[in-house]
Amino acid sequence: MIKIENLHASIDGKAILKGINLEIGAGEVHAIMGPNGSGKSTLSNVIAGRDGYEVTKGSITYKDKDLLEMNPEERAWEGVFLAFQYPVEIPGVNNTYLLKAGVNAKRKHQGLEELDAIDFLKIVREKAKLVELDQSFLSRGVNEGFSGGEKKRNEIFQMAVLEPSLALLDETDSGLDIDALRIVANGVNHLRSEDRSVVMVTHYQRLLDYIKPDFVHVLADGKILKSGGKNLALELEERGYDWVREEAAA
Amino acid sequence: MSEIKQERKPEEFTNREYEAGFVTDIETDTLPPGLDEDVIRHISAKKDEPEWLLNWRLEAFRHWQTMTEPHWPNVTYPPIDYQAVSYYSAPKSQEDGPKSLDEVDPKLLETYEKLGIPLREQEFLAGVAVDAVFDSVSVATTFKGKLKDAGVIFCPISEAVQEYPELVQQYLGTVVPTGDNFYAALNSAVFTDGSFVYIPKGVRCPMELSTYFRINALNTGQFERTLIIADEGSYVSYLEGCTAPQRDENQLHAAVVELVILDDAQIKYSTVQNWYPGDENGVGGIYNFVTKRADCRGNRAKVSWTQVETGSAITWKYPSCVLRGDDSVGEFYSVALTKMCQQADTGTKMIHIGKNTKSTIVSKGISAGRGQQSYRGLVRIAKSAEGARNFTQCDSLLIGDTCGAHTFPYVEVKNPTATMEHEATTSRIGEDQLFYCQSRGISEEDAVNMIVNGFCKDVFNELPMEFAVEANRLMEVSLEGAVG
Repeated sequence: MIKIENLHASIDGKAILKGINLEIGAGEVHAIMGPNGSGKSTLSNVIAGRDGYEVTKGSITYKDKDLLEMNPEERAWEGVFLAFQYPVEIPGVNNTYLLKAGVNAKRKHQGLEELDAIDFLKIVREKAKLVELDQSFLSRGVNEGFSGGEKKRNEIFQMAVLEPSLALLDETDSGLDIDALRIVANGVNHLRSEDRSVVMVTHYQRLLDYIKPDFVHVLADGKILKSGGKNLALELEERGYDWVREEAAA
Repeated sequence: MSEIKQERKPEEFTNREYEAGFVTDIETDTLPPGLDEDVIRHISAKKDEPEWLLNWRLEAFRHWQTMTEPHWPNVTYPPIDYQAVSYYSAPKSQEDGPKSLDEVDPKLLETYEKLGIPLREQEFLAGVAVDAVFDSVSVATTFKGKLKDAGVIFCPISEAVQEYPELVQQYLGTVVPTGDNFYAALNSAVFTDGSFVYIPKGVRCPMELSTYFRINALNTGQFERTLIIADEGSYVSYLEGCTAPQRDENQLHAAVVELVILDDAQIKYSTVQNWYPGDENGVGGIYNFVTKRADCRGNRAKVSWTQVETGSAITWKYPSCVLRGDDSVGEFYSVALTKMCQQADTGTKMIHIGKNTKSTIVSKGISAGRGQQSYRGLVRIAKSAEGARNFTQCDSLLIGDTCGAHTFPYVEVKNPTATMEHEATTSRIGEDQLFYCQSRGISEEDAVNMIVNGFCKDVFNELPMEFAVEANRLMEVSLEGAVG
């Protein structure tokens, strides 16, 4: 699905990513863990194409295409989705309207006919159930006045509607109480499929109890220092990150 | 949806030419530049006006000569030489007066077609009567019959002077007196045409009334005069839309709109204004100095001004409500966009005189490029206005970092029972909002449109349906390339 090779990226001249190598196959779920400031969010933002990040070296190949050549909306059309750590409020812009514009832009790109309002509403209603999102949220302004948990559910709802091939979940579990976490995780689990890859950036092992990853990576100091299976996350929770650093330095 | 661009170059859009920029070639009967009493006599004679109106004009002119241009607005422009302006211009074909659209100069009709204002389509499809003002003389008036059956008078004001002199004389200048301000005085002296509407007692006007203004002759000032009277218990929705061809010369426009609302009557006045804003260096563009005022003379009278302003180089405009009658209501909903080098000093005045009068102000200002925008609003509660209420919401949206938004709210309360609310926000279209939309597959331009339209929603909701669509499109066209 996606192959990241020797990726270096910086913000305002400050190097954040210092040689990331990562390959994610179709249908795989990867968790990226690591201490604060290690570059986890930078990695998801660079993949999604956010402005302000300069890729100084390396490449990202996505579905055999050069991802770094595409602007953010083109990446979205190709199936990249980022669930934001801090979803943005857009007052006055209807939640459903935004999604419809996104879905139809993607369909247009794929040479498919655009969905009309009625068909679209049907899909949206169906998907809203997945994350137990009340229908009233569909007609509200994008994230306008949503609670923290509602915003995160809205992100997963958007993911369900946009049906990405590669979903990046940037600390989707942060700020969620245990019930909301369960709902969000259920939503993601429902969306797992053979042709959809998921990358979860998280601080906590807790999320991985709900969404079982195939691989766990430790990102520290701009590099992936260690990769392993689900058990690595448990070990990290017990021992912290220092031993990984030491091991990598040795 | 705009085209998908592999490489986005903002300058491709910012240099976009004004869509309505073209000059129709029609012979015009134009007075040489300059203004004195003879010019006014000439205008009055051309229009075959009664003595009282000529005297009214001359009085206004004499008053104007004692006045000076207001310099308090937060705008800058080179001095205007009022003697360099030509004060009368009429299409030649007017001499015979077309009886129907078929008799209208085909080139004129073509102009409207280019602007996407097919008169015929509007006649038959939209059911909107159009009093088309081309330069200063009305050349096409439609749907007169249907309106006549309802007793509604909708005609050029020059015609009303001939046909309904007593109505015109009774109300003209009673809302905006000749000496009200510099531009109103000038307008009173030299106005050439405009619209006149009278809705009789208890009549709900059977259709929305619409006037399209155009400024076409080079170097000709445009001085429209509109007078609308809603008699007791009547209702009318009036739509005004404007667009002008492109040119280098700055053009002076000083219109006056007077609304008279009697007991239990209501006027809804909507404007979409799209005059040539000048080029990206601030060359050319319309100077728009307008006086619009509604007088709620009757009890329970109601007026709403809704405006979407994207054009003009300089805007000086404060559609106002005088709430004289008890329980009368005034509303002002405004979206104003300034981009490139446009400057706008605009807002409203709500003058509460009657008891339990209520006013609402919702102003949305958008600045992009090097645009400068000021909201200037006055809410005055007179001593007599027991139980008056005002709500003001004033929001500014900035696009880029070279534009400006300013707010000057004035409040004068002379009655302690008044309730006043004021909310104001200033925000910027954030990189994070744009990226959020883009990451959902929406292009940057579409995202800007979406965010701006969301910002304007409260005002667009007040527009009549067909106008709301037009307003959305106008914002989209106007915003192209606003983000670089």
